[in-house]
Amino acid sequence: MSDLLAARGQMAMSLAFHIVFAAVGIAMPFLMAVSEWRWLRSRDPVWLELTRRWAKGTAIFFAVGAVSGTVLSFELGLLWPGFMAHAGPIIGMPFSLEGFAFFLEAIFLGIYLYGWDRVPPRAHWLAGVVVAASGALSGVFVVTANAWMNTPAGFDVVDGRAVNVDPVAAMLNPAAFQQTLHMTIAAYQAVGFAVAGVHALGLLREPRNLFHRRAFALALTVGGTAAVLQPVSGDVSAKQVARWQPVKLAAMEAQWETQRGAPLRIGGWPDEEAETTRWAAEIPRGLSFLATGDFDGEVRGLTSVPREDRPPVAIVHLAFQLMVACGLFMAAVAALGAVLAWRRRRLPDDPAFLRLVVLAAPLGFLAIEAGWVVTEVGRQPWIIHGVLRTADAVTPMPGLVVPFAAFTLLYLVLAGIVIVLMRRQVFASPVFLREPSGEGRPARRPA
Amino acid sequence: MDPATAVAAVLVASLTLYVLGGGADFGGGVWDLFATGPRARAQRDLVADAIGPIWEANHVWLVLAVVLLFVAFPTAFAAIATALHVPLALMLVGIVLRGSAFTFRTYDDPGVHARWSRIFAVASVVTPVMLGVCIGAVAAGGVRLDPATGAVRTDFVSAWLRPFPFAVGLFTLALFAFLAAVYLTVEAEDRGLREDFRRRALSAAVAAGALAFASLVLARLDAPVMWAGLTARPWSLPFHATTGLCASGAIAALWTRRFRLARALAAAQVAFVLWGWAASQYPYVLPPDLTLAAAAAPDRVLGLLLAALAAGAVVLVPSLVYLFRVFKGRPPALARLESGAPGGGTRAPGEAGTDRR
Repeated sequence: MSDLLAARGQMAMSLAFHIVFAAVGIAMPFLMAVSEWRWLRSRDPVWLELTRRWAKGTAIFFAVGAVSGTVLSFELGLLWPGFMAHAGPIIGMPFSLEGFAFFLEAIFLGIYLYGWDRVPPRAHWLAGVVVAASGALSGVFVVTANAWMNTPAGFDVVDGRAVNVDPVAAMLNPAAFQQTLHMTIAAYQAVGFAVAGVHALGLLREPRNLFHRRAFALALTVGGTAAVLQPVSGDVSAKQVARWQPVKLAAMEAQWETQRGAPLRIGGWPDEEAETTRWAAEIPRGLSFLATGDFDGEVRGLTSVPREDRPPVAIVHLAFQLMVACGLFMAAVAALGAVLAWRRRRLPDDPAFLRLVVLAAPLGFLAIEAGWVVTEVGRQPWIIHGVLRTADAVTPMPGLVVPFAAFTLLYLVLAGIVIVLMRRQVFASPVFLREPSGEGRPARRPA
Repeated sequence: MDPATAVAAVLVASLTLYVLGGGADFGGGVWDLFATGPRARAQRDLVADAIGPIWEANHVWLVLAVVLLFVAFPTAFAAIATALHVPLALMLVGIVLRGSAFTFRTYDDPGVHARWSRIFAVASVVTPVMLGVCIGAVAAGGVRLDPATGAVRTDFVSAWLRPFPFAVGLFTLALFAFLAAVYLTVEAEDRGLREDFRRRALSAAVAAGALAFASLVLARLDAPVMWAGLTARPWSLPFHATTGLCASGAIAALWTRRFRLARALAAAQVAFVLWGWAASQYPYVLPPDLTLAAAAAPDRVLGLLLAALAAGAVVLVPSLVYLFRVFKGRPPALARLESGAPGGGTRAPGEAGTDRR
């Protein structure tokens, strides 16, 4: 394995690991804060128990997310010193602001987790709200920095050096809004569905347990709302990518020739030697419409740039298809759940629907991973799109396969432990039997 | 003060707070490893209670310092990350294992408590040593740049695999252990426990003193740049005198059991050690090749960065003060006594005592 490949592997692995914990750190405190708010309003012990369980899960995920995030901030330099020497000052704004958001998250999570009997109930709940808000902000800032790598702005290159640096323009780069929106929604979607899936499993075993009923209802509402909104955000993103990163879009859609009225390909295998895509189902003129809003709009193809400027097409295309498929399936499950709930005026708890949610539970995270593959692999061979090649940014350090292997092993072990701890947390769930009159809707009791 | 020096000052402040807070959290792990005697279990529990609510917040100072380094002094960051890849990577492994093992221990079965405890404690020893090695390597002028191209010149090993950086690494470990033990004398509620940590603080102080002396001797042999910075400046003598006064004051206060005073003096001593290092290499960020001015990002970047730091501080400082008031304001037992409830952090709100204030 070449050192460049090892460095890319280590970065990809670190990001793929961290993003799971980061997404949980964004969305889980929100669920936790809503649940605690319900407890404060109703004084119903089921909500309190749920809040505490979710808080424990959040604590474990946040800790691993915090340390794996620290690793990433160092890895920017350990693996890509050539990138950081150029980019550090330009993307400094989002990174420094992220530092403060991360600070608030850590401070108020400490107060939240350890302060149950040390601060008044309302202050405790507010601490949870601050954790939820700063977690989301923190994600927005980091993704903003990534967006800059895709659509660099706020500097000029003169003699190989960045001059006229404008950190504000860099922060407000063209991809920032679309990417942060897409990722933030994705976090609520993935976590909402994953949590709903866990409690759907619980409901399949104990259909009358109010603990699972409430958790399922809340998590599915959050995840489902996000899932229905996400295709809209995806469409906005795709149009942005079409305009600013046409080669990435061409790789996502396996579009080789520059074409008016380009078809939308579903599935298919891009043959990079023959520069053609085989076995795809094509929707005529679909891609032109989605990318430009016009059925006859022009879509640039991969052959418009030399081979050495193209990303690995098959990986990007397949990852993109996987992300879209997961997203659409989740949106469909969410819509079905909404229809069922609305028609019956109660929790959609038929075993068939519950099984569908269990099936959808991992898909949000799968979509997040696939989506990051699209963003990152689709930008190759560039680390800063059009400005700096990944191969020119890598550290001169030899033997990079060693840290790659070491960190991979470390993260595999951590992932295994987190899964074991989560299983224990979830399956040791408390039982609160639902009242027969309540039809599964939480019975409001005055405090 | 020019903007580059101002950001460097904030960076040093951030590192100082990391050392005083996060450093003591690592020191707590050291005392977990060396928990002995009839109260070993109580010692470990005290460490866990002390660092539980705050270690993640303390840890962010390190992240902030790194961000400041790569935003304001990007070439220095790139050079350090290249030449010190190995100790930095080991430090990161330590950071990951310490934080994860501590959290797993909190939430896993009590049956496997000992296993997480061991990992937490060993990682708490390795991480400060590696941090100190990196600081020692930079201070000794180990990270060299090519004068013609400005590119880092390194064989990835010789900058840090030397006696001086490791002496600084061990010195860092001793200081962190010292800080932790002194803080814990204040936080211990039980007299026996307090005496345990008083003895530990005193022995850590002796170890830190010996290692400081060893580092100084090695600096003369191995790190002439550092040695010159430490000795030849006009402020050298008064500065070292202040550090020494704080150190002996802390020991005297421990001896006479004035623990709050000892805590303040120990923190001041450690801060002075760190500032002594920073001052000795000013105006260099990487002595002897790269000055702060030469490494600095454009002024517009630094100006915006300082503005962002000021704005951030407005939110951060009250939040931090609140955090420490909630958890360190007075001995937890006293707070619990006043609230009329015996439990720890796992009771439900709304029960007796949660509405105090």
